[in-house]
Amino acid sequence: MFTGLMANTWIAASVVAVIAGMTGYFAVLRGQTFAAHAIPNGAFAGAAGASLIGVNVIVGLAVVAVAGALGIGALGSKARHDVITALTLVLMLGLGAVFVSMSTQYAQETYSLLFGQVTGVSQGEVAPIAGLGLAAALAIGVAFRPLMLTSALPEVAEARGVSTRKVDLYFLLVMAVATSMTVPVVGALLMFSLMIGPAAAARSVTARPGVALALSVAIALAITWLSIALFYRTNWPLGFFVGTGGALFYLVGLGARRLAVPRSLTRS
Amino acid sequence: MTELLKLDGVGVRLGGRQILDDVRFEVRPGEFSGIIGPNGAGKTTLLRVILGLIPSAAGKITRPPTIGYVPQKLNIDPDVPLRARDVVSLGLDGHRIGFSFPSRKRRDLVEKALADVGAGDYASARVGELSGGQQQRVMVAHALISRPSLLLLDEPLANLDLAIEQEIVTVLAKLAREHEIAVMLSAHDMNPLINVMDRIIYVANGKVATGATDDVVTTEGLSELYGHHVDVLHVHGRVVVVAG
Amino acid sequence: MHYLVEPGFLGSPSVRTALIVGTVVAVTSGVIGVFTVIRGQSFAGHSLSDVATTGGAGAFLAGIDQFWGFLVMGAAAALLMEGIGVQRRRGRDVATGVVLGGALGLAALFLYLGTLKTASTGASFTILFGSIFVVSPDTVPAVVAAGLIALAVIALLARPLLLTALSPDIARTRGVPVRAVGIAYLMALAVDVSLSAVAIGAVLSTALLIGPAATALRLVKSPVKAMAVAAAAGLAATWIGVLLAYDSYYWPPHGHGWPVSFFVVALVLAGYLATYARRPRRLLPRSPHEEAAECSPA
Repeated sequence: MFTGLMANTWIAASVVAVIAGMTGYFAVLRGQTFAAHAIPNGAFAGAAGASLIGVNVIVGLAVVAVAGALGIGALGSKARHDVITALTLVLMLGLGAVFVSMSTQYAQETYSLLFGQVTGVSQGEVAPIAGLGLAAALAIGVAFRPLMLTSALPEVAEARGVSTRKVDLYFLLVMAVATSMTVPVVGALLMFSLMIGPAAAARSVTARPGVALALSVAIALAITWLSIALFYRTNWPLGFFVGTGGALFYLVGLGARRLAVPRSLTRS
Repeated sequence: MTELLKLDGVGVRLGGRQILDDVRFEVRPGEFSGIIGPNGAGKTTLLRVILGLIPSAAGKITRPPTIGYVPQKLNIDPDVPLRARDVVSLGLDGHRIGFSFPSRKRRDLVEKALADVGAGDYASARVGELSGGQQQRVMVAHALISRPSLLLLDEPLANLDLAIEQEIVTVLAKLAREHEIAVMLSAHDMNPLINVMDRIIYVANGKVATGATDDVVTTEGLSELYGHHVDVLHVHGRVVVVAG
Repeated sequence: MHYLVEPGFLGSPSVRTALIVGTVVAVTSGVIGVFTVIRGQSFAGHSLSDVATTGGAGAFLAGIDQFWGFLVMGAAAALLMEGIGVQRRRGRDVATGVVLGGALGLAALFLYLGTLKTASTGASFTILFGSIFVVSPDTVPAVVAAGLIALAVIALLARPLLLTALSPDIARTRGVPVRAVGIAYLMALAVDVSLSAVAIGAVLSTALLIGPAATALRLVKSPVKAMAVAAAAGLAATWIGVLLAYDSYYWPPHGHGWPVSFFVVALVLAGYLATYARRPRRLLPRSPHEEAAECSPA
């Protein structure tokens, strides 16, 4: 279970979980969950296109994810461009479908890009995933305080000379990096679960930022490890365990909050 | 003349809290009443219990068969394809199933209702694109076309500038006078209404005092209602209530 | 050089089936899409399409036509959404997103198990991205009937739906059973999403629901006109999409038809963007003179 190809899987998936837990925490805090949904879906076309022309999938993902992040940043996620964004996203998925329909082994390819295929992590992919993970973690670490400040008190941040727009864009780029490394492992459709599920669960249990961040990472790791172990036993798709695991932890978090906080306080 | 609306000892409890207690008053055709009180006093609750949107825990309410209602705010995006005339037309038979078929009679009724409130100029504009004051007029026309004997408006003057505020009040006072419709509206400031109100329904602390404005809005009367001392001051013909 | 319409287009039975299904889907989606946008429930449509994926995958596993899977799962999800109130705007993003993730996870499992059982690997592609050319002729009557039922429900409830969108409180005071009307509408929406999923695939089905409706909203101001324009825009996108997809068998690389869904989605987006080329929309109401001038010839 821990040897050969599976060892690569454990390493890659752990790195992915840590980064997903961290970026997810800030995505929920900043209300940018839409980007966590949009960037991976768009990046699917990049991955499919790259595999069609024989380029490394991670490169394809990275190019489209960064372009997508810049696009969302330029449009402004809160502006009334929702129809264009939604249709563009769907078009990217459709374009991905075109690319995979042209390659010879298309069904398997589509399936693993959308729902993840952890056994596909080869020796050669561990290094780039770890490198991207390190870059994303460093990027979050360096900008930790501005990220917190602009999330919690955007007006105060502006008054103190921190540009909310620039921090937004910076964070979107971090999300793009996280996307490029996460999609090959858990798939484009389920990356949202691994990013948002743990963060939302952590947030409903504790209000302290540091604890919530740590808890979010811990839950993401727990989901990932459990999923791999169950995958190893049953051979069922990893995406199934990640998706249902994310939902389960989120519901447990909500339940814990209901028990801990009297109803009269949560209603307003 | 017989009363249109009668509340007899009405009480409302929401989530275990007593919001309104022993409310009693009556309204006659063509009367203009203002439901006045500070924020959170229970004005909206009073309107909703009159409309039957929330049940009363005690007392008895006698309602007229048709009540027109104008909510405080419309949640309509600017690009929604509903013109002012479509909104008014919905007032006629929007609760029935099926499509409505255009007819000369329907168009005339809609035009007249819009003209009555001075909204004829923007009959073909999307409601979502209209200003707050324009939306208020369209919604009054929407309520009018169902020929109600009582018209209820929830904070129609909130967030309007002073000139438009006065225009809306004038339109409503004219409707009450000329169409014999009883108009009831809630507001946190009584001053724009002082000249047109036949009756004030002052809500504070879950209790209600009602009558002519000069009889109700006095230092003694309101202090008793609030349960602590307040001063009623008259400044340049305006009335101000301050905690003492 | 190829013809615009490649030989044998109208003679092919699968093209005829595709055109019938495409027509039903485009008209139903156009009409229901306008109500969806007016009621601010595009998100509900999107969620239903994600959940429909699970239904399609489940049907594949059970060996029945995927349309029934889309339909049953969509209707169940619509009821659930009404029950927990996720179709409202408040606080819905995170909660629904996570729950939808769970549903997609389940879809992954069904697809995997189905592939093990039947050893046909093309199914996941068909469920996700649709393939209007392989719709079985046996399903066509069901598709047409479902579309007509959904349209009939919307036609019956048109006025109460608009009144409720304007203000639920007014609707209630006029005696409209707001909740029941909302459930009936969500059911019609679920049926429409299933139809759209059959035509252009579960993950892309939102495009036909939202795109033509959004295009119509930019062009006309009255609800009835908006429905007509949306249905027409949807029809144009579907028909041209089917034609291009048929022609694409003759494009390079040879022998690989491009998916219909790609063309339909691209055309829908292009149509929406084209509305921006028109003169900018007026935000201010027009003067009575202009109004009169415009009405007089008619």
